[in-house]
Amino acid sequence: MNTTRIYALCLRQFYLIRDNPTRLIQIFGWVLFDLVLWGFLSRYLSGLVGGETRFTPLFLGAVLVWYFTTRVMHGVATAFFEDVWTQNFLNVFASPLSTGEYVVALVATGMTTSIISLVFMMGVAKVFFGFSVFAYGVYLLPFLLILFLTGIALGVMSVGLVLRFGPSAEWFIWPIPEMLSPIVGVFYPVAVLPLWLQFGSYLLPPTYVFENIRVIVGGGAPSITQLIFATVLAFFYIFLAYEYFKKVFVQVLRTGLIARYSSESA
Amino acid sequence: MPALELNAIVKKYDQVVAVESATLSVHPGEIVGLLGPNGAGKTTTFTMVLGVLLPTSGTILIDGIDLRANRSEALSRTNFAAVYAQLPGNLTVLQNLRIFGLLYQVPNLEEKISELLQEFDLEKFRDTKVGVLSSGEQTRVGIAKALLNSPKLLLLDEPTASLDPSSAQVVRERIRAYAGSGMGGVLWTSHNMHEVAEVCDRVIFFSHGKCLLEGDPKVLPREHGVETLDELFIAVAREPLSLEK
Repeated sequence: MNTTRIYALCLRQFYLIRDNPTRLIQIFGWVLFDLVLWGFLSRYLSGLVGGETRFTPLFLGAVLVWYFTTRVMHGVATAFFEDVWTQNFLNVFASPLSTGEYVVALVATGMTTSIISLVFMMGVAKVFFGFSVFAYGVYLLPFLLILFLTGIALGVMSVGLVLRFGPSAEWFIWPIPEMLSPIVGVFYPVAVLPLWLQFGSYLLPPTYVFENIRVIVGGGAPSITQLIFATVLAFFYIFLAYEYFKKVFVQVLRTGLIARYSSESA
Repeated sequence: MPALELNAIVKKYDQVVAVESATLSVHPGEIVGLLGPNGAGKTTTFTMVLGVLLPTSGTILIDGIDLRANRSEALSRTNFAAVYAQLPGNLTVLQNLRIFGLLYQVPNLEEKISELLQEFDLEKFRDTKVGVLSSGEQTRVGIAKALLNSPKLLLLDEPTASLDPSSAQVVRERIRAYAGSGMGGVLWTSHNMHEVAEVCDRVIFFSHGKCLLEGDPKVLPREHGVETLDELFIAVAREPLSLEK
């Protein structure tokens, strides 16, 4: 693993974000719109039932930490899409860069932009809605870790899917977090889901985060066992996603798609 | 040690054979022209050497290093420029050269970049985004990138295709000087036979995925009963069977 080559790809992302302010919208803009929506909705619902404390950590807190996962995934995918959009695969993959270094660079850029986004979201939630994610106590750390790992797994898997099915698969991968949010119980307990869907929920690490957030809001103690299990599960998904990416990469090397990658070539 | 050695390279797509047992070598200090009509297997061979297409069988050695077994190590000794692989247009010339210099771990990178910017008359474009440059200027940036790491094997696919005659001459001189310095060998593809005759020490004609002819571009046409490389090219394209080794 060569750190200079990883740094090269991170530097590219830095240049792109610094030199084009419109790219800041994905880091700050989208999250701001969602936080404002859910912040006011939480405030409205709290007013309806006459309490201030329960809806904000339930909804706004859940949106905030789920958006962190989304940002990690989108950060990884966006760094990859830079090569798709600029048709740069040949230059990048004919260089000494290994697939491992490429993936680590995608993760590093995704991690950096998502942490910036997270700090921004925490500031907005605190300033405008008086909510601090630190209300979750020390459990915030395992929550964020699990969601971060899940975001990486989703990001790497998305990259593999786009490499396999072509750039037009982009429209399938962006809404993945929205597709998962009803199943992992971002806004409600998974117990409300049909039994067969609950089975799917418990295979997804974020489910354990949101179930335990509700436990904290309800005044209970989160399950350490569940959080450890979710962490291990998230690592396992990263492993699977990376193996999938490697398999697809060898496949596109065999078919030559990497050298003539365009919107409908895959 | 050859800069490039292809040993019995085969590339098959299902039932279609794109390259059939290609064996060739490029030595340091040598410019080898890879010629042939469209669909002959030149680009397939080129992309296999770049490591972005896996051969069905055979071995590729770059500076003695097996590309399949030691991909990063082998690719660190090569570089390329091709008309179909322009550098990202949303980065400036300087940013592109810096990023690729880091990818190839070029020592004294900033110094090397300044040298190349001057050499290819790109100094005034250093902070200009590559996407807004003319195609000729983009080609010069691509060649500057290809020379960043002083590769043992330099691969050039139609490097002067979009250049005006004066810039093309500068590029040809630069590449000749590079090969002449003994730093590396060059594999050059072009459809401009006059240029090939001027630049290349040796040419290899590809037809239907096979190496058909090989030799000095100045004497090869006469050996096959024609006057010029252009005429030989046409013969290869139209009647390859009459020329088989």
